[in-house]
Amino acid sequence: MQLIECPWCGSREETEFHYGGEAHVVYPDDPASLNDEQWAHYVFFRANPKGLFAERWNHSAGCRRWFNAVRDTATYRFHSVYRLDEQKPTIS
Amino acid sequence: MTATQPPGAHLPDHPDFLWRNPEPKKSYDVVIVGGGGHGLATAHYLAKNHGITNVAVLEKGWLAGGNMARNTTLIRSNYLWDESAKIYEHALKLWEGLEDDLDYPILFSQRGVLNLAHSLQDVRDSVRRVEANKLNGIDAEWVGPDEVKKLCPLVNISSDIRYPVMGATYQPRAGIAKHDYVAWGFARRADEAGIDIIQNCEVTGFVTDGNKVTGVRTSRGDIAAGQVALCAAGHTSTLTDMLGIRTPVQSHPLQALVSELLEPVHPTIVMSNAIHVYVSQAHKGELVMGAGVDSYNGYGQRGAFHIIERQMAAAVELFPVFARAHLLRTWGGIVDVCPDASPIVGRTPYDNVYLNCGWGTGGFKATPGLGWCLADTIANDEPHEFIAPFSLDRFVTGALVDEHGAAAVAH
Repeated sequence: MQLIECPWCGSREETEFHYGGEAHVVYPDDPASLNDEQWAHYVFFRANPKGLFAERWNHSAGCRRWFNAVRDTATYRFHSVYRLDEQKPTIS
Repeated sequence: MTATQPPGAHLPDHPDFLWRNPEPKKSYDVVIVGGGGHGLATAHYLAKNHGITNVAVLEKGWLAGGNMARNTTLIRSNYLWDESAKIYEHALKLWEGLEDDLDYPILFSQRGVLNLAHSLQDVRDSVRRVEANKLNGIDAEWVGPDEVKKLCPLVNISSDIRYPVMGATYQPRAGIAKHDYVAWGFARRADEAGIDIIQNCEVTGFVTDGNKVTGVRTSRGDIAAGQVALCAAGHTSTLTDMLGIRTPVQSHPLQALVSELLEPVHPTIVMSNAIHVYVSQAHKGELVMGAGVDSYNGYGQRGAFHIIERQMAAAVELFPVFARAHLLRTWGGIVDVCPDASPIVGRTPYDNVYLNCGWGTGGFKATPGLGWCLADTIANDEPHEFIAPFSLDRFVTGALVDEHGAAAVAH
């Protein structure tokens, strides 16, 4: 188990958190104009990189707020956590 | 096995080298990326059923060293939907004759599987699945708690536990096999037919020409290919990303563990969908236990301890005697999971590239069936009827095969 840094509560154990998948998936600007393929990609298709991944987490057993994180999917290390209204940080 | 023999004494001797380690040729008719069970089975049936032997199986590590080497080896076909039932039952029938086909021991043991029900809704869903199985010609029956106890005396059928056993579905033909021997048997047969199995050969890119892939770039040089099949299980996204193909799979760690060796105490396979534990006893005597996938994406081939803790709590409640068993080791494989808990097999936007991924937790049991159907697909350049429903475009057409109910672990 690892510690995850909630932006509001600080470090807490992994079991307090709920995973939310890829971050920054934006609802379509003009939903009525999407064809089936575009809808399928919005609903089902997510990035699945081996390496840095911007994803959502919820501190479900704590403050219950969502936040974003950049985590390495190969090492599981969290490189950054940031609030939903913040830009995705650049990590070299 | 007599009582005087130590556990495992009836196992076959460790094999000699079963396949060559050839240098890659400049070109092959078919290049299979991934030397696990699916890649090797596909190679075997390409040679056996279609006479196609100018084939290379490329493996980035060592042969069958990924999920094939570390899985819980359960084989069953009691899936709800017709599409799933067909491919898994096809596989199960092939398993039943595989030892003869490969002329190699795979220790296939049809000891039956119990899928436990713990609530009234579980019971209704289970009975529905039993009836669906029967309609598909698959052996299945509903058994009550007393019959569960007869089939597997260790199961706690007390009504005062947190998740009481209200009955189970039972598929007598389900079983386990020795996963290493399965891989080695397929590899030996493919090698005998002239197929090159190339280990330590990582695919680093693809050479494309319009809608075709003409070659595969590898850590051992470029290899030209007439057709390409991607059989890299949890790592498929790393390949499709290079090709610019989007797939809806997410890779997750799936953990399992084994106990020390015990006397034969656990005669069937027991699975519980609701509390995420499944148990069988390996030929040598280890209790083999699996759990659900870890929630987050990961390629690290390890998972989180709290998943194991939850799994062990469930196991000890269902099998109180397990509290005395010592844990020997744990491992995590990487499974690629689809939104509808079914695989993706078939065409890609490239004319000569076939995709095989998204098997989640069900890949091992499908090994011969998938190999058979994918080989047929490659040979005829047309998806075999059993895999046609699992095409990538089902996410656009909406013809999903939503099989969470029979996948039996948390997806």
